[in-house]
Amino acid sequence: MTAKLTNAQIAWRAAQDIPDGAYVNLGIGFPEMVAKFKPKGREVIYHTENGILDFGEAPPAGQEDWDLINAGKKAVTLNPGAAFFHHADSFAMVRGGHLDVAILGAYEVAENGDLANWSTGPGSVPAVGGAMDLVHGAKRVCVITDHTTKDGRPKLLKQCRLPLTGVGCVTTVYTSLAVVDIVNARFVLREKLPSISLDELQALTEATLAVEGTVKDLIVPEV
Amino acid sequence: MSKISPSVEEAVSHIQDGMVVMIGGFGGAGAPIELIHALVERYKKTGSPGRLIVVNNNAGNGAVGIAAMIYAGMVAKMVCSFPRSTDPKAFTDKYLAGEIELELVPQGTLAERIRAGGAGIPAFYTPTSFGTLVAEGKPVAEFDGRKYVQERWLKADVALIKAELADRKGNLTYHMAARNFSPLMATAAAATIVQASRIVEPGGIDPEHVVTPGIFVNRIVEVPNPKQEEALLREVTK
Repeated sequence: MTAKLTNAQIAWRAAQDIPDGAYVNLGIGFPEMVAKFKPKGREVIYHTENGILDFGEAPPAGQEDWDLINAGKKAVTLNPGAAFFHHADSFAMVRGGHLDVAILGAYEVAENGDLANWSTGPGSVPAVGGAMDLVHGAKRVCVITDHTTKDGRPKLLKQCRLPLTGVGCVTTVYTSLAVVDIVNARFVLREKLPSISLDELQALTEATLAVEGTVKDLIVPEV
Repeated sequence: MSKISPSVEEAVSHIQDGMVVMIGGFGGAGAPIELIHALVERYKKTGSPGRLIVVNNNAGNGAVGIAAMIYAGMVAKMVCSFPRSTDPKAFTDKYLAGEIELELVPQGTLAERIRAGGAGIPAFYTPTSFGTLVAEGKPVAEFDGRKYVQERWLKADVALIKAELADRKGNLTYHMAARNFSPLMATAAAATIVQASRIVEPGGIDPEHVVTPGIFVNRIVEVPNPKQEEALLREVTK
């Protein structure tokens, strides 16, 4: 078994690429963890689909106002300079290209940038929320994910098999083993854990990992 | 001219079988609990209004609000983006039993369809859902080299909305993120019914601060200290 990054470490790595002053939407669940690892000295303004810009951390237990929540329906607080707005304005920020970065989870990502992250197929109650909107409009659409499924199958594919969230929308994938950009419908390997060889990494990836220039070591602190 | 209604019961008394009812709120934030429960009580007593089509982001949580409407059996169809919650049993059981319909709409598309309905725009094109199951059967067109999906406006017979302040002319403000879909729904319904924590005289809301102008509002009922859905659910599970 190859050593791999924890979810917190994947979130840390994704956080390093968020520039100062960025407007960012973090998907519900795992992506919310990225906020914890914002590098010191950078100001990041978080957007939540339900209608807040510049919300902060959760309040202490017992001090929640349940009219002040994020898209995951968790209680949040406001930073100075926060704003409220209705849903049409909120999704104008999303689709209109005003967000700098959106970070989402994934079941599958294809080399052409297709993303599947909302449905594992028929049999349950379908629910999509804002995922199909969020993948369109942000200047960078980043996925954070384990490199493989729990039973070891690749999640970086030639083609998605599960129902799509969006077509050709992903720009960067941060996995437990590597950082991969999607350029002209190809996976381009930017960084990989030093402990895994390119061949080993390729064996865990269905589509071809292209190499352009040097592949950097993916080095992440214990977090 | 008076838009003031003396009670929540009176405020919802004109809602009839089969109507499309938009209900404000995202999760528990902004859910007009007192208006909804007045409607549920009326249905339990009289059997009307039934077969409602309800538009909301979600499909109820626990046994209050929209979940109470579903348990009562008065909802034929939900139009929503995310019919899941911490306790989605009310909707899930009926959906899996084939007793309630679901029209699943991406959240931003839901908001824009309602906005379009209120703005007199019958259809629009959006990048959202292109190439997905949600777009099946919908017209697609290319603009400047990119493909977009046509979506139709969404209008309602009635909107039920929770506001913080209302003046007698129907101008509204909201409480924090509780506004979510409500300003849009107010524009898209033939009759918008508002419960406000406080009703003030005209002029009591600074015109610079009005979020929903009174032209979009038909009935207002004062509900001081309204229940908050999430807080209610947490009391129940304690």
